[in-house]
Amino acid sequence: MTTITTSAPSPSAFLQEAEMFAELYGKQQPAFLNLRREAIAAFTKLGIPTGKHEEWKYLNLSGITTAGYRTVSPTDTHALTAKEAEQYRLAGKKSVLVVVENGRLNSAASSMNDLPSGIKIGSLSDFLGQDSVQSHLFQHADFVNEALVAMNTMLCYEPVIILVEKNAKIELPVQLSFVAVPGAESLSIPARVLVVMGDQSECTVIESYHTHGDGAPTFTNAVSEIVVGKGARYFGTKVQAEADTSKNISYHKVNMARDSYQHLTTVTLGGLLVRNNLHIRLDDVNINSYLNGLYVLNGDQVVDNHTLVDHAMPNCYSNELYKGIIDGHATGVFNGKIWVRQDAQKTNAYQSNKNLLLSNEASMNTKPQLEIYADDVKCSHGATTGQLDDEALFYLRARGIGEETARALLNHAFAADVIEQVENEELRASLLQLLEKKLK
Amino acid sequence: MSEDLKILDEVTNSDYKWGFVSNIESDNAPKGLNEDIVRFISLKKSEPEWLLQWRLKAFRHWLTMTEPKWPNVSYPEIDFQDIIYYSAPKKKPTLNSLDELDPEIKATFDKLGISLIEQQRLAGVAVDAVIDSVSVKTTFRETLAELGIIFCSFSEAVHDHPELIKKYLGSVVPYTDNFYAALNSAVFSDGSFCYIPKGVRCPMELSTYFRINSAGTGQFERTLIVAEEGAQVSYLEGCTAPMRDENQLHAAVVEIVSHTDANVKYSTVQNWYPGDKNGKGGIYNFVTKRGICLGDRAKISWTQVETGSAITWKYPSVILKGDYSIGEFYSVAVTNNMQQADTGTKMIHLGKNTRSVIVSKGISCGRSQNSYRGLVKIGKNASYARNFSQCDSLLIGDKCGAHTFPYLEVANKTAKVEHEATTSKVGEDQIFYCNQRGISTEDAVNLIVNGYCKEVFNQLPMEFAVEAQKLLSISLEGSVG
Repeated sequence: MTTITTSAPSPSAFLQEAEMFAELYGKQQPAFLNLRREAIAAFTKLGIPTGKHEEWKYLNLSGITTAGYRTVSPTDTHALTAKEAEQYRLAGKKSVLVVVENGRLNSAASSMNDLPSGIKIGSLSDFLGQDSVQSHLFQHADFVNEALVAMNTMLCYEPVIILVEKNAKIELPVQLSFVAVPGAESLSIPARVLVVMGDQSECTVIESYHTHGDGAPTFTNAVSEIVVGKGARYFGTKVQAEADTSKNISYHKVNMARDSYQHLTTVTLGGLLVRNNLHIRLDDVNINSYLNGLYVLNGDQVVDNHTLVDHAMPNCYSNELYKGIIDGHATGVFNGKIWVRQDAQKTNAYQSNKNLLLSNEASMNTKPQLEIYADDVKCSHGATTGQLDDEALFYLRARGIGEETARALLNHAFAADVIEQVENEELRASLLQLLEKKLK
Repeated sequence: MSEDLKILDEVTNSDYKWGFVSNIESDNAPKGLNEDIVRFISLKKSEPEWLLQWRLKAFRHWLTMTEPKWPNVSYPEIDFQDIIYYSAPKKKPTLNSLDELDPEIKATFDKLGISLIEQQRLAGVAVDAVIDSVSVKTTFRETLAELGIIFCSFSEAVHDHPELIKKYLGSVVPYTDNFYAALNSAVFSDGSFCYIPKGVRCPMELSTYFRINSAGTGQFERTLIVAEEGAQVSYLEGCTAPMRDENQLHAAVVEIVSHTDANVKYSTVQNWYPGDKNGKGGIYNFVTKRGICLGDRAKISWTQVETGSAITWKYPSVILKGDYSIGEFYSVAVTNNMQQADTGTKMIHLGKNTRSVIVSKGISCGRSQNSYRGLVKIGKNASYARNFSQCDSLLIGDKCGAHTFPYLEVANKTAKVEHEATTSKVGEDQIFYCNQRGISTEDAVNLIVNGYCKEVFNQLPMEFAVEAQKLLSISLEGSVG
């Protein structure tokens, strides 16, 4: 598809910072210097996308260039303590908690001392020279065409690396807690993750975004590359629970090998301007992919969910369910693309997007999209935007339940549908709690 | 190769049997486009000054615009200076009777079930030799005139009813709308004008077939339909018979104005030359069609069957401004060989309790690309607006593509918007079921595809529906004989 690529002039402040960091990176991580240089060139060319760009039609990024963000520097010190970090734990006391404060690993606040066998977690400096890092880091997320990925690639300093060994079944969930600690000036936080899962391995990874304390608004630009090996099973959850002044743009690239399975749930509750890009590449045969999403918005929130399920090979299955409740002045955006390439015969791909609009100032823009180049496929999508079912409301009221309670009940049931599908029990419980809080 | 694969292959590899006929003498303007050409066209048609000024404004605006690149189609760049913008046909080669007609075309006509009179007209047979169809047309015109219905060519309307043209021209599709609408506004050659006065229900299907001067309206056609309060009309454009045309680029504009309680139904069957198997030649059909439901309870319904053209790029739209107004869009788009279609609709809900229905059926064969692109927009004040969309695609052969790009923008909490889309191929179990009952694979494919399109064909006026069904069979069958 041809897209219009008119862009605003490149925000030179970010580029200056990137040039500044490049020298430091060059000394410490020489292996990646060239890729970072390429990312700088790409970002110079692309600039921050404007509303004229088809993929950014409903999201206004102009605030990011004009707000005068300062990118966190490798020399900033950590402020968060282990005790403070504890409140952001979502998957039970035993889970592995990795605190990423302002884009960099804060080992002191994390609880990752006795990791289960078969998994290694650390920042890039711990893994320099390792083959699996060398061959995957910066290789999957497309920085040549995606401006924000380019920006992350040129600015991120300490990517967090998770390596899961072949055949390892990691029972304990691993939570990467991205905590933004705002300061006096507006901070731009590049966060980067690489997860490499060996063949037949299994792992649950939660990526949650939080804001700790008050201060000037933050802008997080996150990129995660997830490599799922043959027959491996990846259970991912993304939770957006930042302050209502925060901006957050994240990009997930999941690369799947044959016979693999992945289940990724995106729950967006917090943040002022949030964009969740998910790019799932089904790179071989016999793959199962599930994407679920929930966004519950109010106030002036703008949340844009962009998903791309890229079927490159035959005999794969993908399913996608996104639900949203939009209240106040909020705007929801859903753009789900299913792409079936010519070789991907016998593909089954489904997608569904359902939205509830609760206020007259709220709006929802939906664009479910199918691009299909193979004939022996079954693909479908459905999208609805509407209100609660009057009959369901009546049913409850006829049984003596007040209107407000009845509405709350139905809203909750609508949203919980997505959360119920999360595999980990403790995580599911904390998500339901967060949802409860948001719906009040 | 298995039997059904062979049939699929035949179906998708068949040639367009008619090709181009272009040896018509005409009174041409020089190639290229500039203000002088616009003046030349206006002068040729002895238009009033205000229309010339309108054309010039459109032309100047066009100069500031760039060609849209967002449709999901690809074609070599068009050189707008390499086009002849005015060409009035002088005389068509005439045949003395239908017997002189290419038997293959004759066979197609018979298959389509086109009436003898229409066959003669389509084939360019000298009509007075057989039946005086002019008198037929005149009778129709008289009946219409009695009711106060105006139905004439656009140029006639400019002279006879300037006040109506002045009032409505560009009121739905302004010349600033898009690149091709601007181009059309500057250089449009002719077209149709239709006006139904208050409370009148048009007693017959209006079709360009009944209109004198309908031949040679050229590549930049302009249609304007106005239905006054309580009026009702059904309008047919195009025909199922294969259309030969020497112009590669077609950029038509259709405007519909539907006042309070008025009801306009617009049906199109398009079967222009799609180019050869390798995508050489073929018509670029870049059309802007839009209607506005100005008053309360107004209704506009678009039905289209698109089988021809190398590239189709059109989005018949409805602006639902009046309360309780209704917009409908029913479409069947078939692409074969190297054809590309990017078509769909826009439903803009502004009034309260407005409703719209979209049913789109795409069928792609060969190496073609077929896209549905539609927008449903519910404005802030469009309380209780309701939309239902269904977009299905059928794939025949493994080298084609089917795509859906629906945009749903909702800004009112009482609105209900639903969208559904599916993509699949003709089920092997369905074919097997038919085979078991003694129906050949080819007939089975026809049967299944026709059933799949039934919902849309049901919306067409009866004769048209029968023809369209046959046309579909032919497009799929490939080998016409």
